[in-house]
Amino acid sequence: MMKIDARGLACPEPVVRTQKAIQSNPEGVAVMVDNMASVENISRFAKARKYAVEVTEEGGDYTLTLKKA
Amino acid sequence: MEEDVKLTKLAKCAGCGAKVGAGVLAKLLENIPVRSDPNLLVGFDKSDDACVYRVSDDLAIVQTLDFFPPIADDPHLFGQIAATNALSDIYAMGGEPKLALNIMCVPKDMPKEAVHAMLRGGYEKAYEAGTLIAGGHSIFDEEPKYGLSVTGFVHPDRILTNSGAREGDVLFLTKPLGIGILTTAQRAELLSEEGRTLAYTLMTTLNKAARDCMVKYRVHACTDVTGFGLLGHLYEMTQGSDLTALLATENISIIPEALTLAEMGILPEGMYRNRTFAEQAVDVGSTDLAVQDALFDPQTAGGLLIAVDPADADALFAELKDAVPCAQRIGVMQQAGEKRILLR
Repeated sequence: MMKIDARGLACPEPVVRTQKAIQSNPEGVAVMVDNMASVENISRFAKARKYAVEVTEEGGDYTLTLKKA
Repeated sequence: MEEDVKLTKLAKCAGCGAKVGAGVLAKLLENIPVRSDPNLLVGFDKSDDACVYRVSDDLAIVQTLDFFPPIADDPHLFGQIAATNALSDIYAMGGEPKLALNIMCVPKDMPKEAVHAMLRGGYEKAYEAGTLIAGGHSIFDEEPKYGLSVTGFVHPDRILTNSGAREGDVLFLTKPLGIGILTTAQRAELLSEEGRTLAYTLMTTLNKAARDCMVKYRVHACTDVTGFGLLGHLYEMTQGSDLTALLATENISIIPEALTLAEMGILPEGMYRNRTFAEQAVDVGSTDLAVQDALFDPQTAGGLLIAVDPADADALFAELKDAVPCAQRIGVMQQAGEKRILLR
């Protein structure tokens, strides 16, 4: 699965990068972010595109795994 | 040459979204003694839009300061927006802006033409408001910032605070919501041409016409909807007035493109800060998540939120509709309940 690192980026850049990554990897991607706003934004995006999302947290960083539902 | 300067790329947070959260601000001011004066009619304690000081029995001055990093790439437009936003605090108190000072931060290498255009935008809006700009202060900074400190006049008996609402008051909002979402989309170049035009038109529309209408009626409370979003500012109004607001969400005008963008997760960080601040006081009922997002969306130079005596509501609405076509009747104030805001 493709992984992107969107830590340190301000909204809406992490969503924009997720969207681009999904275009070339329609099966799913993993995205790393470092704030709750980005977690929420990417979760909203995933829901709109009908992807299932799993969020894990480690040391203040979050990994969202988006999989085609 | 103005087009060469992409101002928003120089800024980390846009417009009112750069505002320090209400909770954070309270902590920063902890233990600093607050001095009072019988003539200081509105001070910092009520988290109002501006302070008010009584000069005589029929004159009080209203004072405010507002500035922020670029919310538009075009410096002239940014200047207009920053001035519109700063002047709005005076209107929200029921006052008339009279005198203003520029506050400006500019990078050393920012082109002279761009700085000039930014200031020109500010002067244009101040003059449109009937306000003089009589000076100011500028410093060098890595990131540009611009705004005004504005002084206005108001009759001491006609001050409108955000805490005077009464049970039964009807609530009006004078601009549609979603400006923060549109400007966030614009930063990623995801906004349509129409969306951009609409956002810029709204952010450069003075709240003067709305203020001039409302002061003729028995308005009990008013605030302008800016960084804390509609629900953040309404939460403060309900707390200050010890009431609960019942909002009819279908009557609240939300820019359609903002709803589409919200569903796609194109939302400013400030929206989430506003949620954290106010959501425990809001019963959202069955309101769509995207609609909730728009109600929490931080606005730059947003509209006035007005609580008017129910006996005057129809007359005010009729007059507002002529002067401010996008004004909406959004709800009522009722006795304080378990939650401060009910969305229905």
